[in-house]
Amino acid sequence: MSEMKKIKNLKEFSTSADRFEGANLLCPGCAHSIIVREVLNATNDDLVLSASTGCLEVCTAVYPYTSWDASWIHIGFENGSTAVAGAEAMYNALKRKGRLKQPDRNPKFVSFAGDGASYDIGFQWISGCMERGHNIMHVVLDNEVYANTGGQRSSSTPIGSSSTTAPAGRVSYGEKKNKKDMVAIMASHGIPYSAQVAPNKWKDMVKKIQHGMAVDGPVFINAVSPCTTEWKFDPKDTMMLTDLATDSLVFPLYEIIDGHELNITYRPKNVVPVEEYLAAQGRFKHLFKDEYKYLIKEWQERVDANWAYLNRREEARV
Amino acid sequence: MAFDKMELRDIEVWDGNFAAAQAMRQCQIDVVAAYPITPSTPIVEGYAKFLADGYVEGEFVMVESEHAAMSGCIGAAAAGGRVATATSSQGFALMVETLYQASGMRLPIVLNVVNRALAAPLNVNGDHSDMYLGRDSGWIQFDAYCPQDAYDLNFIAFRVAEDHDVRLPAMVHQDGFMTSHTAQGVHTMDDDTAYSFVGDFKPMNDMLDFEHPVTHGVQTEEDWHFEHKARQHNDLMTKVFPKIEAAFDDFEKLTGRRYNLVEKYDLDDADVAVVCMGTSVETAREVAKEMREKGIKAGVLGLRVIRPFPFFQIQEALKDVKAIAALDRSSPNGAPGMLFNELAGCLFNTDTKAMLSGYVYGLGGRDLTKKHLTDLYTELQANVDAGKITTPLQQFIGVRGPKLAFL
Repeated sequence: MSEMKKIKNLKEFSTSADRFEGANLLCPGCAHSIIVREVLNATNDDLVLSASTGCLEVCTAVYPYTSWDASWIHIGFENGSTAVAGAEAMYNALKRKGRLKQPDRNPKFVSFAGDGASYDIGFQWISGCMERGHNIMHVVLDNEVYANTGGQRSSSTPIGSSSTTAPAGRVSYGEKKNKKDMVAIMASHGIPYSAQVAPNKWKDMVKKIQHGMAVDGPVFINAVSPCTTEWKFDPKDTMMLTDLATDSLVFPLYEIIDGHELNITYRPKNVVPVEEYLAAQGRFKHLFKDEYKYLIKEWQERVDANWAYLNRREEARV
Repeated sequence: MAFDKMELRDIEVWDGNFAAAQAMRQCQIDVVAAYPITPSTPIVEGYAKFLADGYVEGEFVMVESEHAAMSGCIGAAAAGGRVATATSSQGFALMVETLYQASGMRLPIVLNVVNRALAAPLNVNGDHSDMYLGRDSGWIQFDAYCPQDAYDLNFIAFRVAEDHDVRLPAMVHQDGFMTSHTAQGVHTMDDDTAYSFVGDFKPMNDMLDFEHPVTHGVQTEEDWHFEHKARQHNDLMTKVFPKIEAAFDDFEKLTGRRYNLVEKYDLDDADVAVVCMGTSVETAREVAKEMREKGIKAGVLGLRVIRPFPFFQIQEALKDVKAIAALDRSSPNGAPGMLFNELAGCLFNTDTKAMLSGYVYGLGGRDLTKKHLTDLYTELQANVDAGKITTPLQQFIGVRGPKLAFL
């Protein structure tokens, strides 16, 4: 049986023995490492992990070093999900054939990938893994940009943000397209569990990860990962930014069970205006010019509409 | 879930695809991740039917693309077990990124490549464009000329690839349709004998050994990348041939069937020789025999192993030949053919005075007829008689319109 950690408080959680070393090359203030530790710390079971090409990968496995004290593989940008799916297939084969070296273990197969590697280039591979029902978990470290290559737009990049390939300029406010709703798309595969998480709400996150690891079948997790470099905020403010993201409902926290049963898992006591979330980041700085203020209003309307939609789905149990 | 053994007759009538599928079944592969594409599809279909009928115990993952097929194979192989798949042409091209990743990560995957042309224009028939595309990918490449070879070379490929001194992936090539869909008598091994030749898979750096976690697929920049690539090349150049030759020897002891790094036909006293690959080898042998009856001392050199390239074996085989033709079944697109170049590189610093000319043929499944080869041998003999090359260095065989010749 799967072994889940009992975690009482944040201090215990933060000092818990983990299989992702602090010795890595990620930027100070990067949320990736916080999310990865929270995911790995949710279980004592053995792990088979992958990372798609991206910040996490290039910062944690530069030969001859590794930050991973668990089996880990990187193949390419688009196929991290399929890498662990292949490993999971091998596990099933060897289990059936009685050739596992440690047959009493109950390993978890987890792939980590950025939004570029998930929403864009790896989309087909993830969809294939979800459709085929592999017993794997795919975790998106969603920083809404190709951060590793210097801040190019992805299909997760939100309207109005300035990136190097959709920059704000004399005649442009930056990104023109709405962010792709990946959680809904993945849930539409009918997978047993999909959820949106945030590292500041670590209890919610651990609960969801443990739920995902307990179910039989593919799991999709979208984790908001504020990027100090590309969102342009002070590295010490990562958690403050994450609080703004969840409390403004720009990143609502919810889960979808079996593709249809939606539960909102966090309701902020005081909902923060979206404007405060935008104002805290350099990538939206230009929106505060007079000619673009209408975009901030539209942002708020979109977030409100999405929150109302999630609430309606929760009520209707669809 | 138990699996059943299959009773086979000593000689079965199989096409190349089914021969490969049967070999995969007998090797008791742990994971096959695959995607169908003409003309290799029947390998995957055959394997799926074996699974459905209870003859396969491993996992069979039908993925959503060839790129995902090889990605799944890489993940499975890194997890620690026997892995194989099959593809052709466009699918092979889509896999190319992952081919380099599989070999760079030293994962012993076996890939059956049923050779087919590359678009555009779209074409489903056999040529060697896909095979040539894989030649720098760090894989071992075996070449089958007929369904029997396609069957036998699968066992040899697993044996060599999985050897802990090698740990490199291997391709088994066969010609699309000419081999893959042409049924011939194939001498079989019973399931136990066949499995005994490849033996149990012995894992190394396996991700599923939780007492020894491993990191696969790291980053190396200018500080270490060159050393990794150089070592891989070193192992291809120095470690693979002895293992292949040992496997060929053992296979001969087991079955009586002999394979060689290069397959020589009537070369001992040959004045003129054709060097080619795939089904053309058999046609060339037949024509060479007929040329001998006409008084032309003709021979054939077939490549059995394309990578690593059997440099010294080719030098030795061709040392006394006076005129040589390199037959390339892939458009060189702005250069002499690959085989022409490789042969020229082989022979350049030797004492040979042989004349080397190149022929491009058979693109998109165009037939190479006995007439073509008769004319070709006649041209080579004319070179010998004249003491110089009497034709352009690069000619196209069997293409419509005015005769194409370059160089």
